Amino acid sequence: MSSGPSLLGLYRPGTTFLHRAPLSVRVAALVVLALAVVLLRGPWTSLAALGLGCLAAVLARLPLRATVRGLGPVLLTALAIACYQTWQRGWDVGAEVSGDLLALVVAGTVVTATTPTDVLLDGLTRAVRPLRRLGLPPEGFALAVALMLRTVPALGDLFGEVRDAAKARGLERSPRALLVPFAIRTVGRARTVGDALAARGIGD
Amino acid sequence: MIELQAAGVSVPDPAGGSDLVLLSPVTCTLGERRVAVIGANGSGKSTLARLVNGLRPATTGRVVTCGLDVATHGSSVRSKVGFVFTDPDAQLVMPTAVEDVALSLRRSVPDAAERDVLARAALARLGLAEHASTPVHALSGGQKQLLALAGVLATDPLVLVCDEPTTLLDLRWRRVVDRLLDEVDAQLLLVTHDLDAARRADRVLVVDQGSVVADGQPEAMVERYVELMRTR
Repeated sequence: MSSGPSLLGLYRPGTTFLHRAPLSVRVAALVVLALAVVLLRGPWTSLAALGLGCLAAVLARLPLRATVRGLGPVLLTALAIACYQTWQRGWDVGAEVSGDLLALVVAGTVVTATTPTDVLLDGLTRAVRPLRRLGLPPEGFALAVALMLRTVPALGDLFGEVRDAAKARGLERSPRALLVPFAIRTVGRARTVGDALAARGIGD
Repeated sequence: MIELQAAGVSVPDPAGGSDLVLLSPVTCTLGERRVAVIGANGSGKSTLARLVNGLRPATTGRVVTCGLDVATHGSSVRSKVGFVFTDPDAQLVMPTAVEDVALSLRRSVPDAAERDVLARAALARLGLAEHASTPVHALSGGQKQLLALAGVLATDPLVLVCDEPTTLLDLRWRRVVDRLLDEVDAQLLLVTHDLDAARRADRVLVVDQGSVVADGQPEAMVERYVELMRTR
């Protein structure tokens, strides 16, 4: 997991038309793509959606090596899913399921990489404003999403530290030596981040 | 100005015994520009620091910061009190440096473009202008602590509480952060193990085993602390 910083959630400054397009247009395109991959069945639709996602990444001028490195864990997951589904249900289902996953992750990466988090927060806050009627603060919801994006690489780093510590003690093959400290440190980190947010007056 | 009026903190004993005292009631008025808090690990220093902005509510007594009761005006107090943690990784929550500073300004500056300009200016003041778009996780430990400080100082706090801000830093970055803290206009409450930094304060509190055991001039307080540790 420490194969490099994930691009998901990381803004890449740029001047391409995707960077300049209104956030609402980019999010709407992402939603349409998501609906298409869910509603339209078959491997060719998935591969076309993946092609569109990759084309958007090229148009947004995302750095190829960093993007592929950042998506490494997702690529491995997609490969494992493709192999399993091909074995169980045939190549077309394997290609469809893994293609859908990759298409959505690549498209999501393009949206977050072309949108400053501050703008994303404002957009999300506006979008979920109706939740206020249900007693849910829109700012809190938007902040939770932004925090989740920042947490992806942070948890990757944390897992790398835990894995190194286990390796140093000769416990690299013990799932317990990896998962227990990882879970404890993740909860500990969440509590500290909560304190830090409160100290900054965020959520007051 | 920070006023502690018999302010103390206790927590229930998980084993079911009587409450555990994290900080015995303290009464003092801290009006000096630089106040240092020194003491051993686990002595109650951080608890004392967290009382100031209500991160740790007092279970006895009262805390008044900037003229406001922390128990009843916590949100207003936190808008006037900046807090810097030991580990900046816990404090930095946005993907890039400029976005993290902008997050601090969301409450006071509604316009995103203006926030961005102010955030970049705050970074430039601390020599981080070239790292504005750098992912937070790609910064060094020292740069992260500077960024945490930039995010706090961007809001122009009246009081700055720093909980061991240089503990994780090497000598070079320690000096950079020390110099910055020496120059801030806000009242500074510095929790530290760095006795040189404590000596530069106007007043020093010594905390030991959950109590403020000494309070006075820096040189005498540092000597008192060293003597205290010698007996352990």
